[in-house]
Amino acid sequence: MTGTWLIRGARPLGREPADVLIADGVITEIGAGLDHAGAQRVDAGGLILLPGLVDLHTHLREPGREDAETVLTGTAAAALGGFTAVHAMANTDPVADTAGVVEQIWRLGRQAGRCDVQPVGAVTAGLGGSRLAELGAMADSAARVRVFSDDGRCVHDAVLMRRALEYVRAFGGVIAQHAQEPRLTDGAQVNEGEISGRLGLTGWPAVAEEAIVARDCLLAAHVGSALHVCHVSTAGSVDIIRSAKAKGWQVTAEVTPHHLLLTEDLCAGYDPVFKVNPPLRTAEDVAALRAGLADGTIDCVATDHAPHPLEDKETEWVAAAFGMTGLETALRVVHEALVDPGLLDWAGVADRMSARPAAIGRLTGHGRLLAGAPANLVLYDPAPREAVDPAAHASRSRNTPFAGMVLPGRVLATFLRGEPTVIDGKLAR
Amino acid sequence: MIRHLISAGDLSLDEALLILDTADELDQIAERPVKKLPTLRGRTVVNLFFEDSTRTRISFEAAAKRLSADVINFSAKGSSVAKGESLKDTALTLQAMGADAVVIRHGASGAPHRLAGWVRGSVVNAGDGAHEHPTQALLDAFTMRRRLGRLEGLRVSIVGDVLHSRVARSNVLLLSTLGAEVTLVAPPTLLPVAVGSWPCSVGYDLDAALPKADVVMMLRVQQERMNAAYFPTVREYSRRYGLDASRMALLPEHGIVMHPGPMNRGVEIAAEVADSVRSTIVEQVANGVSVRMAVLYLLLGGSGAQA
Amino acid sequence: MVHAADQAARGEPRRGDREPARAVFEPEEIRRALTRIAHEILERTNGGDDVVLLGIPTRGVPLAHRLAERLEQVEGRPVPAGSLDITMFRDDLRLRPARALGHTEVPAAGVDGRIVVLVDDVLYSGRTVRAALDALGELGRPRAVQLAVLVDRGHRELPIRADYVGKNLPTSQRETVRVLLTEVDGEDAVLLSAVPLSTGPLTTGPLTTGPLTTGPLTTGQEGS
Repeated sequence: MTGTWLIRGARPLGREPADVLIADGVITEIGAGLDHAGAQRVDAGGLILLPGLVDLHTHLREPGREDAETVLTGTAAAALGGFTAVHAMANTDPVADTAGVVEQIWRLGRQAGRCDVQPVGAVTAGLGGSRLAELGAMADSAARVRVFSDDGRCVHDAVLMRRALEYVRAFGGVIAQHAQEPRLTDGAQVNEGEISGRLGLTGWPAVAEEAIVARDCLLAAHVGSALHVCHVSTAGSVDIIRSAKAKGWQVTAEVTPHHLLLTEDLCAGYDPVFKVNPPLRTAEDVAALRAGLADGTIDCVATDHAPHPLEDKETEWVAAAFGMTGLETALRVVHEALVDPGLLDWAGVADRMSARPAAIGRLTGHGRLLAGAPANLVLYDPAPREAVDPAAHASRSRNTPFAGMVLPGRVLATFLRGEPTVIDGKLAR
Repeated sequence: MIRHLISAGDLSLDEALLILDTADELDQIAERPVKKLPTLRGRTVVNLFFEDSTRTRISFEAAAKRLSADVINFSAKGSSVAKGESLKDTALTLQAMGADAVVIRHGASGAPHRLAGWVRGSVVNAGDGAHEHPTQALLDAFTMRRRLGRLEGLRVSIVGDVLHSRVARSNVLLLSTLGAEVTLVAPPTLLPVAVGSWPCSVGYDLDAALPKADVVMMLRVQQERMNAAYFPTVREYSRRYGLDASRMALLPEHGIVMHPGPMNRGVEIAAEVADSVRSTIVEQVANGVSVRMAVLYLLLGGSGAQA
Repeated sequence: MVHAADQAARGEPRRGDREPARAVFEPEEIRRALTRIAHEILERTNGGDDVVLLGIPTRGVPLAHRLAERLEQVEGRPVPAGSLDITMFRDDLRLRPARALGHTEVPAAGVDGRIVVLVDDVLYSGRTVRAALDALGELGRPRAVQLAVLVDRGHRELPIRADYVGKNLPTSQRETVRVLLTEVDGEDAVLLSAVPLSTGPLTTGPLTTGPLTTGPLTTGQEGS
């Protein structure tokens, strides 16, 4: 069923060129001068070879908002971005808070076949924030949910958050918190600061994120459970997480590509393509996030891919939906924001975009580039510099803040368990 | 001349003075038996008002009609917008009707910016959310200059809910461009977090500011703000930040009192202050028409080519 | 004839290979013409009882005031003089970006039932005067309207004629006529040149506060 592939002259983790042999869905050998009769050959001279990227945070919108994205189109976008596994957040319609819904999403992913889809289960029923969802049932289901999140909403009730953290210890789960104190951010539109004052838009103060991050780190430590912080966006949050990790607490964290590159002044023209939650912040925050990702305080990059149809973005700012697409541009943005400035090398990229997110998501089949591991990998050409063209994206939605921006690199091939999902920069099937 | 008037910060000193000087000349029309000039004949001005504001709309309507423009009034209530038509579709409809200028008042900050991307004509911001209200600032500056003879070096205190006020934002920008010295006076809860970066000073004490104010401008404060804990009670707000007769006596002899309206008599301004000779509230309304005539003339009266 | 030395003395820019402007009206002749016009006005209006002089900005205004002075000297009583800006009534507004307005000042006596004498520096196509008649119509109903100009250079495009002319100056349409007045430009002169003058004010005298263009000239950069 799966073929044999010989990838020649690629640079695994950006190191010395080597050949890679793939057979029966597994990497059989990495070395020099490999050959295999009957293998399909890929000439990968000059290309970076990374383990298939793993995204801990995407919104595939199905079920409920298929006008924005479906599992089929979302996983196509993921594959083109070099991803072999994505976590699908639970704020669908119906909410993914039961075994039935998470299994449906998991099955859709398998049918689409372009990328592994790992459903995330809601923490609270209906994302209502008042009662725990059936976390155990979701963990035992075919979808084997381990990451739980009310993302989109914050689990703001301290007691509920404590219970959720305690409860998932039974099956090695992790609670992924969208940190946003709701009363401090009532009606918030942009980062609270110079821009919000000038633009006359309600501000989203950094403290509303940091206060929850601090509280949840303390709770996780107190009950001995695992906390994952979604889309960290402020320098203050990075400091809190660094301090928590120094104490040995079980805290992991992610950052989005857009928070590594874009700042709040892009909002000055009121174009809602830059409207996102948490909002774009200051240059100081961007610098702290980059440093945090480089030194490992932030464990991974997660896109928070949030597709929206045109009518939800082509409006006045306050009426527009929050969110940006990100799957197809993620690796290029990280290249621009961290690799080119010398903050992270390709081995580091492999760690932050594949190995660590796979570990946090408890995905055993992803994140490793060595003989014997499943052949989930991506070939990336670091050389070109091209403008991002949303019209060429596979995602159903076009709300990318990078439209027209010149970014380096291009994903040329993605392999999912030994089968190409992307070849020559295009979808394989 | 610029193509749109969306923010008072868009105007250079020369452009702002041009508008004020033009308004000075056009003001004479108000005294004439025939209050008409042929200049905008054949042009269509659309008043696109998503928020109720009879006064501002009538002011723009009078301004456009005095210049012989055709005026179309579009109010959101009971229209296709109320039924869910988007701002973009409304814009495209106006475009199809051949609007040369759209005067827009909208509850969302930034709505005029978006509109400017969708229509070919000029966009005049008549108030967008908490962002700006440039023609209000222009008529306020016009009023100050009329009453006090100058703008440069004038000391202006703006008092009240700055955080939610588009009038305050436009006035701070325009007055600083015109060389006036602006001081904002408000409780800390009603000042934006980054107000320190604005071209003005800030104070919490109204009594200290009044003796040094050539102009005091009172902003309307909404009762709903009390419910969101911006201040404890209306009574306390009024006691600390309301302009009553005894406070008015603290002003220098030539000091004037302004208010963009509508007023909450008894809250931010006492009735006797509003009705005193120092108050410019009534003439602000009249000046509004001349200033808006000047804006419409300068945006639409020529070829529309950018210099 | 304007000599290079005179130009240099006045601080004018080099003309280089352009034809020099020549004066067609000396300051003395201008003075005499205005005096003559003043007397003509008194003759034709039965002593100037109901006369109101309205100058068209920019240079029509100081001319109107000079005429008013002379009328007052002769008749011994003041003659109302003011200004009438015609920018809003121009028929060519759409051809250029919106221009700044000149100042309108109607004397307290008003225009109703009076003899309004419009005053301008140069009469050319007649369109300015047509606009002035429209502007005047909005102010009231004069008993009669007359026109006094310092220079009539011909080439009317509308059926308009002046009642009082300082000098008839036949010109070709390739030529440019430029009037300078002490109140505005620091000196009195009428200059004729064969090609449009592309420089700014020729002196460092007081700058105009009215619109930047009243005729075919535009203010531009100093220099050759």
